[in-house]
Amino acid sequence: MSKVKELFGNDGKIRQRLDGVDLRQNAIFIALVVLVAYFAITTPNHASITPDNWSNLVVQNGYILVLAIGMVMIIIAGHIDLSVGSVACFIGAVAGILAVRPLEQDGWDWLPALPWWAAILGAIIVGGIVGMWQGFWVAYIGIPAFIVTLAGMLLFRGLALMTLQNTNIGPFPDNYRAIGNGFVDKENTLGVSLGIEDYNAAALIVTALGVLALLWQSVAMRRGRIKYKQSVEPRTWFFVKNAILAVMVGYVGIQLSRANGIPWTLVLLTFLVVVYTMIMKKTTFGRHIYAIGGNLHAAVLSGINVRRVNFWLFVNMGALAALSGVLISARMNSAVPKAGDGFELDAISSVFIGGAAVQGGVGTVTGSIVGGMIQGVLGNGMNLNSVGIDFQMTIKGLVLLLAVAFDVWSKRRTK
Amino acid sequence: MSENILEMQSITKTFPGVKALVDVSLSVERGEIHAICGENGAGKSTLMKVLSGIYPHGSYEGSIIFEGQELNLKNIRDSEHLGIVIIHQELALSPYLSIAENIFLNNEIKSKGLIDWNKTNLEAQKLMAKVGLEEDPNTPVNRIGVGKQQLVEIAKAVSKKVKLLILDEPTAALNDADSEHLLDLLRQFKSQGITCIIISHKLNEIASIADKTTIIRDGHVIETLQMHGVALDQERIIKGMVGREMNNRYPSHESKIGAEVFRIENWKVHHPDDISRVVVDNANLHVNAGEIVGLAGIMGAGRTELARSVFGHSWGARISGQVFVNGKLANVKNVRAAIDSGIAYSTEDRKRFGLNLIDDIKRNISLASLEKFVKRGLVSDNEEYRVASQYRDSMNIKAPSPNSIVGKLSGGNQQKVVLSQWINVNPEILILDEPTRGIDVGAKYEIYTIIQELAAKGKAILVISSELPELIGICDRIYAIAEGVITGEVAKKDFSPELLMQYMTKAKEESNV
Repeated sequence: MSKVKELFGNDGKIRQRLDGVDLRQNAIFIALVVLVAYFAITTPNHASITPDNWSNLVVQNGYILVLAIGMVMIIIAGHIDLSVGSVACFIGAVAGILAVRPLEQDGWDWLPALPWWAAILGAIIVGGIVGMWQGFWVAYIGIPAFIVTLAGMLLFRGLALMTLQNTNIGPFPDNYRAIGNGFVDKENTLGVSLGIEDYNAAALIVTALGVLALLWQSVAMRRGRIKYKQSVEPRTWFFVKNAILAVMVGYVGIQLSRANGIPWTLVLLTFLVVVYTMIMKKTTFGRHIYAIGGNLHAAVLSGINVRRVNFWLFVNMGALAALSGVLISARMNSAVPKAGDGFELDAISSVFIGGAAVQGGVGTVTGSIVGGMIQGVLGNGMNLNSVGIDFQMTIKGLVLLLAVAFDVWSKRRTK
Repeated sequence: MSENILEMQSITKTFPGVKALVDVSLSVERGEIHAICGENGAGKSTLMKVLSGIYPHGSYEGSIIFEGQELNLKNIRDSEHLGIVIIHQELALSPYLSIAENIFLNNEIKSKGLIDWNKTNLEAQKLMAKVGLEEDPNTPVNRIGVGKQQLVEIAKAVSKKVKLLILDEPTAALNDADSEHLLDLLRQFKSQGITCIIISHKLNEIASIADKTTIIRDGHVIETLQMHGVALDQERIIKGMVGREMNNRYPSHESKIGAEVFRIENWKVHHPDDISRVVVDNANLHVNAGEIVGLAGIMGAGRTELARSVFGHSWGARISGQVFVNGKLANVKNVRAAIDSGIAYSTEDRKRFGLNLIDDIKRNISLASLEKFVKRGLVSDNEEYRVASQYRDSMNIKAPSPNSIVGKLSGGNQQKVVLSQWINVNPEILILDEPTRGIDVGAKYEIYTIIQELAAKGKAILVISSELPELIGICDRIYAIAEGVITGEVAKKDFSPELLMQYMTKAKEESNV
């Protein structure tokens, strides 16, 4: 589970960055571990930690986590996006038309069904255009994002319904479905040829490489800091921390290998987390986002083109919402009018549980992923324990409230 | 007469790891004006927070006796109830509410459970007359200037039957006329028996108004002075505050003035909210390499507006005129272009416009020149750390590490971070807007030294300041600006506060002749 390793891999840096967040970042991670342990004990037959359930957790939450990545960037800059659920639905419909070409759809029959990859690419481009629309109003006209995306929430749900013309579009081609539902070498051909039928060999190899990459990255970062005479964590703590992480990632990887292997959704998510963590921490674009959220006036007077940054933030959000829409439609094997309903709220909750500040300027990609996982594990565990939906909603609401309350409290404490 | 209204006895206040106040005792006589001064971080504000109940009884050691009774304050409402009112440096007014509404906020005049607006306005008018505020009580407070807003705060205090008024840096944001009015008002209060504690950095002000001055340094009371003549006391206060003799408040320097670096021609700026108003009118000025040029003007004269409009049109509308850097016409259409043309501007309000307070020192320093830290497409935070460490050493920024959060630094150290940010841009011309506002004497001296070192390296420097002694102390040449018009240019040999003040207060008609 790459999100876990990313969080911890960056932990030392977060400690250096914001005194208050350190406690917080560790706390939500520990909360996630405690939650997993709790459900491991309480669910019937320890159902929550079976290989299949680990697999389910990833594919069931993938589309929310993709949204959360875009959302945390928007929230750090001091905005919000309420439209992502509707956009995901709209793009699912667009992808359906591109990939499936439903015969009933009058007026679209001139369009040949595209290969799966072209349909996905097309969907993401349309998502980017949707983002341009919203970014234009926010960045260049100066309408608060809350209003623009509240309008977008209705607007794109409406467009989705128009596109779908009150029907579902499906089924999707197999390759398209794979990114929502498929696994790397599901048949375990590699394992069979090596003589280990019980474990998915590809998953084991990927996990091993992942653990090595994680350790290498930690060591490289520590060396860089030492070279520049920056403070580093005590050596023992560094070893213990990385050892624990390696064991946890390894455990999850082995569990997945006993099920169907590594879901393609997880591959995609890992890629996104790594790339977006880099963008946020290591590129001028990412740093400008933090600067805008931290103090807009100072950002302007430092020569940052705030409009351009805001515009591209929304374009990025549109593209990620599109990707989320693709994942949803792939998983459901059809584009439906109710898809993505309320997902914006799950994504926003993930971001705030993950330690972002309502005022902007604070937040991390990895934190949001952990926040999203907390919600996912909570929902999944309560389902396995046959907790009713009424109770589930109540608890999820309280978790969000308490997480932010803890954030406020820990900040006050460090003052 | 010499009855003490307030006795603070052996107050010790400890924060985790820091002793903010150590065994501080303070006696204030009824009806006196008692000044408290000390460098930033000396413990003045902490002491006042203890007194006003922001730090409740029990969170500190020692006792407070007010009007003969030992206080047991739980919060600020308790202290206000007793007639102890504190007015903070940052005013606590609600901008869209009217003057009257603000005065009676949380203290509304009601009849039968509903607010009696007629009576409210009437009472507000009486209070406003007492503090010399001539405005319609229905005016929203964001429509009146800072000086008048300050008076609203005081009127609010008066409405609470104030006995002990505490003012934290009341004149920091006021121009000279408003400051004078405020000081007069305090004298008037004194004659009415209201006791005042005033925290101020402006020593001449303290010298002119205070009966006693208590100096605090590093959480200790150094001494309490009875105030006599003006000059002697100032020196003694400074000495007490910084713990060393400071005969020279301005470092001496010898300028090597070179070729012209920066020139503004026919610069004209309109107010963005009111296009018909001309805020800067046909301004012409130039700065040479290695030269420190002052821009003197009272607040609202168009100083900051001039600077910000030149700096990438970041203020103003319908801006016309030309800017030249090193003889070439400079593009200043946006901030990025202005920076690329070699212009840097450090703001008068570092907290609002200058710094990302929730981020660390190194990222604040790198922000305006981030591209210099990019290696293979990625920002190197190790490189940022290295550069920030250098500035921390060379600028003497007092912080545990370049990774320290800027919001936790003192004003002087924050100002050094802002300067570092702009020095790292490596500009040709550095415009410094109120570079020493709200920072203590010791840090001011350091800032002056930094400015002079920059000039010695051949940078052109334009300093905007409300404090004439400061400009006279460090500049080679001073322009005066009044009502948006540059009314005079004074060479170093002719510097005198009187002459500059004449230019600064020149009315528009006269100067246009």
